[in-house]
Amino acid sequence: MNTVKTGYVRPLDLRKGRVDLGFGAGGRAMAQLISELFLRAFANDWLARGDDGAVLPAPAAGERLVMATDAHVVSPLFFPGGDIGSLSVHGTVNDLAVMGARPLYLAASFILEEGYALADLARIVESMAAAARTAGVAVVTGDTKVVEQGKGDGVFITTTGVGALPAGRDPGGARARPGDVVLVSGRIGDHGMAIMAQRESLAFDSEIVSDSAALHDLVEALYAAVPAEAVRVLRDPTRGGLATTLNEIAAQSGVGMELDEAAIPVSAQVQAACELLGLDPLYVANEGKLVVLCAPEHAGAALAALRAHPLGTEAARIGCATADPQHFVQLRTGLGGRRMVDWIAGEQLPRIC
Amino acid sequence: MKYVDEFRDGALATGLARALAREVDPGRDYAFMEFCGGHTHAISRYGVADLLPPNVRMIHGPGCPVCVLPIGRVDMAIGLALARPEVILCSYGDCLRVPASDGLSLLKAKARGADVRMVYSAADALALAVREPAREVVFFAIGFETTTPPTALVLREAATRRLANFSVICNHVLTPPAITAILDSPAASRLGALHLDGFIGPAHVSTLIGSRPYEAFAARYRKPVVIAGFEPLDVMQAIRMLVRQVDTGRAEVENEFTRAVVRDGNPKAQAIVSEVLALRDEFEWRGLGVLARSALRIRPAFAPWDAEAKFGLDYRPVPDHRACECGAILRGVKKPTDCKLFGTVCTPETPMGSCMVSSEGACAAHYNYGRFRDVPVHVVGTSAPPNPDQETA
Repeated sequence: MNTVKTGYVRPLDLRKGRVDLGFGAGGRAMAQLISELFLRAFANDWLARGDDGAVLPAPAAGERLVMATDAHVVSPLFFPGGDIGSLSVHGTVNDLAVMGARPLYLAASFILEEGYALADLARIVESMAAAARTAGVAVVTGDTKVVEQGKGDGVFITTTGVGALPAGRDPGGARARPGDVVLVSGRIGDHGMAIMAQRESLAFDSEIVSDSAALHDLVEALYAAVPAEAVRVLRDPTRGGLATTLNEIAAQSGVGMELDEAAIPVSAQVQAACELLGLDPLYVANEGKLVVLCAPEHAGAALAALRAHPLGTEAARIGCATADPQHFVQLRTGLGGRRMVDWIAGEQLPRIC
Repeated sequence: MKYVDEFRDGALATGLARALAREVDPGRDYAFMEFCGGHTHAISRYGVADLLPPNVRMIHGPGCPVCVLPIGRVDMAIGLALARPEVILCSYGDCLRVPASDGLSLLKAKARGADVRMVYSAADALALAVREPAREVVFFAIGFETTTPPTALVLREAATRRLANFSVICNHVLTPPAITAILDSPAASRLGALHLDGFIGPAHVSTLIGSRPYEAFAARYRKPVVIAGFEPLDVMQAIRMLVRQVDTGRAEVENEFTRAVVRDGNPKAQAIVSEVLALRDEFEWRGLGVLARSALRIRPAFAPWDAEAKFGLDYRPVPDHRACECGAILRGVKKPTDCKLFGTVCTPETPMGSCMVSSEGACAAHYNYGRFRDVPVHVVGTSAPPNPDQETA
């Protein structure tokens, strides 16, 4: 990466300017975009060096490194409760957090569409920087490419994160055992419905706000309350929602699940919006919720720890893992019957009737 | 949620289940068909079957619009969208995934370059045509009587506004002929295999057509019909009303869904439909075959907005897999698990027949919500010893 002496160049027009192909061409325009937008927003010594990568200190003795990556292609780019910038930080930070790791560094790569307003890009980058600051991670290296108009959707952001895994922690999707308690950190479906309500084809007003948030602090609170080995599985139920996450865990661990529908927190607004569209909140995406499978003897303490944290005040115990060679996720319905909560076939689409 | 939670209340359901258990005649079996996919969905989604006495069996009927839509009709839409780049093909969400010939669906056609869009209403499709005057917007209209008036309305609106770039592929079908087809089916009368004691009548469809159309049919076939809302308590109450009719030898049309359905339905909507649409002589239903006077076409006065006429579209029927038992399942003669294809080659990802296409279909509902009942599952919580050698994925 190069930086430019600001004295010799006319500053970028961050009010009315637009992304053009020059911003990805490696020349002065690109250097200017980097220095005036990215360096300023992310402000750290690694980026300021302007090199092709970041040299990072080794983890503390006994710690291991965890790495995760996440591509973000949300539409609309701005939504109630966040935007693609904050989401791209939370997405990767949460991938690290559910590995049990303390997130440390992010790399960010931007694919920008020619013609995209620089003012909007600046808002996204500022929001991303704010989310990174709040989460205590530094964006230490990055890349920018520009594609022709019509070949992108405004902005795509891929973030890759590195975190440190303290000794003794080893949560994993394959570690659930029959009897483990399933906890969820709060109301489900907020992110997916907030996005859906913003889509132009859906003309309904709602006050649903995305739950997009960084979960590593909540994870730390959990580990502070229970022995590390009691935390069997951590997951953030993003795409495909809670149902998909639990089916993944069931398949990975070779267990079944039994859930109690009445115990699963869903806001009245999300429930109503799902009802209107014929969707099931169990399959709607979240961006700031934690699913925990915990050893039964520590479930009470784990739940209390989640509830004591601002991101987990509505945490609930929603079921348990079972011995089931079929790995079925089953639900006791609020009505008193039973049903399966199956893998979804493709994307959830609204029903006609 | 107001006005919804009341109809899903667990305590009320338990009370209703107990009452039903007391009322049924233990010396006989009851088999009722819920015609509508909406009821199938409610029964599966809320686990209503678990609250019914063991001698009451529910048979899932053919009232799922995407399920009964023949492949040839989807092929027609896909062919049009792929052949003409100026066409924007719009339809309802759950129509887009229906598998058609050559491994295609509307969604897959989209991936091959067709401009296919999901809309939430017929009015959205019309608005799109107004917004995109240089494109040809074609609305692939499907559904029973419920979704028909909105289609008729947009056709009338397009005609009034002389909107030249909008047209409709009309696939609307009618409920009463399908119920009659089930009771008249040769399989049913020849084998005597069809044992049906009554019907749960459609909820939303009946808000349009009313309860009257079922009267002649209840009298002729001596089968009780109870029109019910789509909430689980509606369904349970309707089952209780059916049981009472059967036990007292009655075959009447009763209305559980009084909060929305009246005897004559919605005359205004009916008038709009008959102004714009007319009966087709016959129409193919996936799983039920060709049924006379069972579907609607666009009247000649509205031909400029009839995509079939406008683009000269031809319908070519496509047979289902030979081993597919959907016909028998839709008639209640067989269960999904009686079909060799069920859960092996025929799954929700790769449906071979109509009942597997949408989650409202009998096979998909059983696959998605109920297949845990087919295998003996050892469901225990903490009592099971942890097994360190468990398989992992």
